[in-house]
Amino acid sequence: MAEESVKLLGYWASPFALRVKWALKLKGVHYEYVEENLPNKSPLLLRYNPVYKKIPVLVHNGKPLAESLLIIEYIDEAWKQNPLLPDDPYERANARFWAKFFDEKCVPEVMGAFASKGEEQEKAAKARENLKMLERALEGKPFFGGDKIGFLDIAVGWIGIWGRIVEEIAGVSLIDAETMPLLTAWLNNFLEVPVIKACIPSWHELLEHNKGFHKILTGSST
Amino acid sequence: MAEEVKLLTTWSSPFALRVVWALKLKGVQFDSIEEDLSNKSPLLLQYNPVHKKIPVLVHNGKPISESLVILEYVDETWRQYPLLPDGPYDRARAHFWAKFSDDKVSPSIWGVFIKQGKEREEAFDQIFENLKFLEEELKGKRFFGGEKIGFADLALGWIAERVCVLEEIIGVKIVEEEKFPLVSAWMQEFVKVPIIKESLPPHEKLVTKIRGIREKFLGAA
Repeated sequence: MAEESVKLLGYWASPFALRVKWALKLKGVHYEYVEENLPNKSPLLLRYNPVYKKIPVLVHNGKPLAESLLIIEYIDEAWKQNPLLPDDPYERANARFWAKFFDEKCVPEVMGAFASKGEEQEKAAKARENLKMLERALEGKPFFGGDKIGFLDIAVGWIGIWGRIVEEIAGVSLIDAETMPLLTAWLNNFLEVPVIKACIPSWHELLEHNKGFHKILTGSST
Repeated sequence: MAEEVKLLTTWSSPFALRVVWALKLKGVQFDSIEEDLSNKSPLLLQYNPVHKKIPVLVHNGKPISESLVILEYVDETWRQYPLLPDGPYDRARAHFWAKFSDDKVSPSIWGVFIKQGKEREEAFDQIFENLKFLEEELKGKRFFGGEKIGFADLALGWIAERVCVLEEIIGVKIVEEEKFPLVSAWMQEFVKVPIIKESLPPHEKLVTKIRGIREKFLGAA
């Protein structure tokens, strides 16, 4: 069999790159990681993702793919071991629906709370409202994927880390144990799964990095 | 086995149209339930409590929302006339262009539609950039799906179905044949496909409705 080449163009502080790392690790796929020096995007990145010019980009045997959720679905189809999506079409549709909901309705609200100067409490309230809705997809299961982690777990899971960072820096509450008991319990379990935990960047470095980012976004003085 | 397929829809929604096209291409019998979005039915609120939007496909009582999610469900459930190609990489590319349609192309065309003067000129730059990618993707192909229409064609199909309506209303060409010959040819080929053609909303009714939306939007600005 021909030698397989798998490359991941990423950024250490990107939760979207982390999702893809988790997927590759869960499948036991060996890959070469290429750290992009953002914001100085490499010619390689611009060639592999001319449309969005963003990481993550997966390059499998020379063929590039962009957009983290699409990449994860591709990984699930290209490597059949440890399936991330369920077999049943309706369950698959549910997983995709909630991943899309998270990206389109939760993430922008969390980013809004993080980037705001003056409106962070209102935006955080909206973020909490939407995050709470995710509990519908947990339906009394330990993970979104059921007994073990799957597509939706790795799509959403990074909120457990970045959410806490936004809470600390912006002085807001996003994941409230009292009003979101299922989500809180799930996050605690998810982040302890060894393969997941091993990929998470250093909390301290992430916090410092995002403090700097926050200053730029809110125009705060140093 | 008795199968029940319902589609909560509106006659003018381009998102619902994607699903109609998919079901018809696969020869799936379904009931259309026309929703009044100014007065959403208990059924819609029950079947799509999260977004409260159409389209919603209800298959044997189980609801699915979000048009691209529905398309994928339809393709996985009814295997005749596959919308997605076989290989994982080609499938991922089809999804990529579908996402590109909603993320980039749609907002840029809407931008030109509701803006005026200098703002509109700038919005055109955005459209040209997006159309260039589509033009490149169509090289050597009749449709995004190859010889016949597929997932990406259905996702992008609103361009073929709706841009002429928008052009008529604002009196400006949005997709110029000289600049984008392949995209223009694809638009013409797409709406000629019998199932697509027979499903198109009534033209004059659509023009009136969308003109009204634009006027309301500009009046409120």
